[in-house]
Amino acid sequence: MKDFSGKVLFLDRSDINTDEIIPAKYLTEITKAALKPYVLEDLKLDGFDPKKDIEDKKVIITRENFGCGSSREHAPWALEVNNIYTVVAVNFARIFRQNMYNCGMLAINMDAAVIDDMFANFSEKETFAAIDTEKNTITLKADNTEKVYAFKLEGFDKALIDSDGWVGYADMKY
Amino acid sequence: MGKTIAEKIFDTHLVEKPFDDTFVVKLDRVFCHEITTPIAITDLEARGKDRVFDPTKIKAVIDHVTPSKDSKTAEQSKILRDWARRHAIKDFFDVGRNGVCHAIFPESGFVRPGFTLIMGDSHTCTHGAFGAFAAGVGTTDLEVGILKGVCSFKTPKTIKFELTGKLQPGVYAKDVILFVIGQIGVNGATNCVMEFTGTIIDEMSMESRMTLCNMAIEAGGTSGICYPDMVTVDYLWPHISNEYESKEAALKDFSQWKSDEDAVYEKVYKFDLSSLEPMVTFGYKPDQVKTVREMEGTPVDQIYIGSCTNGRIEDLRIAAQILKGNKISDTVRCVLSPATPKIYKAALKEGLIDIFMDAGVCVTNPTCGACLGMSNGVLANGEVCASTTNRNFNGRMGKGGMVHLMSPASAAATAITGKITQSPLFKGAK
Repeated sequence: MKDFSGKVLFLDRSDINTDEIIPAKYLTEITKAALKPYVLEDLKLDGFDPKKDIEDKKVIITRENFGCGSSREHAPWALEVNNIYTVVAVNFARIFRQNMYNCGMLAINMDAAVIDDMFANFSEKETFAAIDTEKNTITLKADNTEKVYAFKLEGFDKALIDSDGWVGYADMKY
Repeated sequence: MGKTIAEKIFDTHLVEKPFDDTFVVKLDRVFCHEITTPIAITDLEARGKDRVFDPTKIKAVIDHVTPSKDSKTAEQSKILRDWARRHAIKDFFDVGRNGVCHAIFPESGFVRPGFTLIMGDSHTCTHGAFGAFAAGVGTTDLEVGILKGVCSFKTPKTIKFELTGKLQPGVYAKDVILFVIGQIGVNGATNCVMEFTGTIIDEMSMESRMTLCNMAIEAGGTSGICYPDMVTVDYLWPHISNEYESKEAALKDFSQWKSDEDAVYEKVYKFDLSSLEPMVTFGYKPDQVKTVREMEGTPVDQIYIGSCTNGRIEDLRIAAQILKGNKISDTVRCVLSPATPKIYKAALKEGLIDIFMDAGVCVTNPTCGACLGMSNGVLANGEVCASTTNRNFNGRMGKGGMVHLMSPASAAATAITGKITQSPLFKGAK
């Protein structure tokens, strides 16, 4: 299992699509590693600089419908090769969310009010997220502020995380 | 309690429910193309599992970049081609015989009512037009589909769209789906099947139903779906005539694939579309929709007619009807890609290609290329394209480019003036 904890990148926008996460012109690469320099290259977000803002970040916290659009698993892979293994959002596009769990990565759904609270308390600060997949909690820490948020990780999602993704799970069972 | 068509399909394909909300279903088809499949193939090889569950149920095509434009795309094609040969996948469409996946697979009769199918391509929802459950998936789901012939899905919630009334002349399935997405938003059907019913659907051709279902994913929908009827039977007849005694017998069999009267829906939307006008997108999301009337006069640099949304023969006929005897504006270029060789040949035979070339249109081979900015019509920074495709995301057709989605009729009218223009086939708002 991956170490999910790390510094947080706040992306204050809904409907961030997979073309923004990794543009189609890079889909001709046949290794995941080759996607590394291009993650979030076309993200439309004022003040965002993909060259600087992604460095050392491991967790993305964002708004609604993250990963909409194309089915490309290159989107989670582009995050993965940049050591970003967790995205927290109000909700996700179905294919993107499934791709994350299939790769043993976390796509965590949180109520809109909780996401609002995260943005209100932490988005202006350098924030660290400690993620515990046993207790199912995210602890955000910045300066003197620390808050614990509970999330759900159960059923099939949990089974995929525990079996190293869908290929391992399916190969065992079917 | 009644069931929806999606629930009926899941019930008949159930392998197991490992968890209350999770269905593992058996797949009737696994479709493959050269962009998302090669990594699945190389991963299977690396795991020592280079096998396929059933070569007759796997169909493969090279369509996104064809013919290959460089060494990397040549390598992707080669991986797919070698794999298809190695596993005796007979239905592999190589360069020259290839077309856009969501046009050539249905055209070849590979999709039937009641089927389950997946592909590593989000517009797989298109095939729901036949009364099938068809979902786009990522490479890992595709890989397991290839190896085991199964895929996992959450319980299929369904949103029903009752589309009634009669479309005005010059208003098409593309305008309908842009309107629907504009109403419910890009997150409006996330995790749900979008079931389209009503008099509007009854009167649609299979091509139009495919256009409609194609864009379900732009509202977050898992699959579009229409009930099979005589239109479905007629379309499939060349491929099923040896399986059924008569068209009536086929229809009777297919009619099991519709929702019960008392089926339970997540939501039901009812729209009377009698006064619907031609629609167009204005921003970077497919739910940013206005009428063409409101957007008229917006200058563009390129027009693109084609794709899995609108590259079929009826689309080309409509575009030709408008372009006939006209020249496209000196200020633009127009690129048109018939979606399959069969469509291309029909267009040649019907004289449509002459009309396009006389108008100054660049007719390319069948390919997805321009739609996602990979080849055959990529935009430059700051350029604007009027396009019959399905996505207007930032940079979608080329870095820094912008896209206005519209019907082939609106696109052809726009090509003549160089600015967003109402189709002459639309006689005005009611």
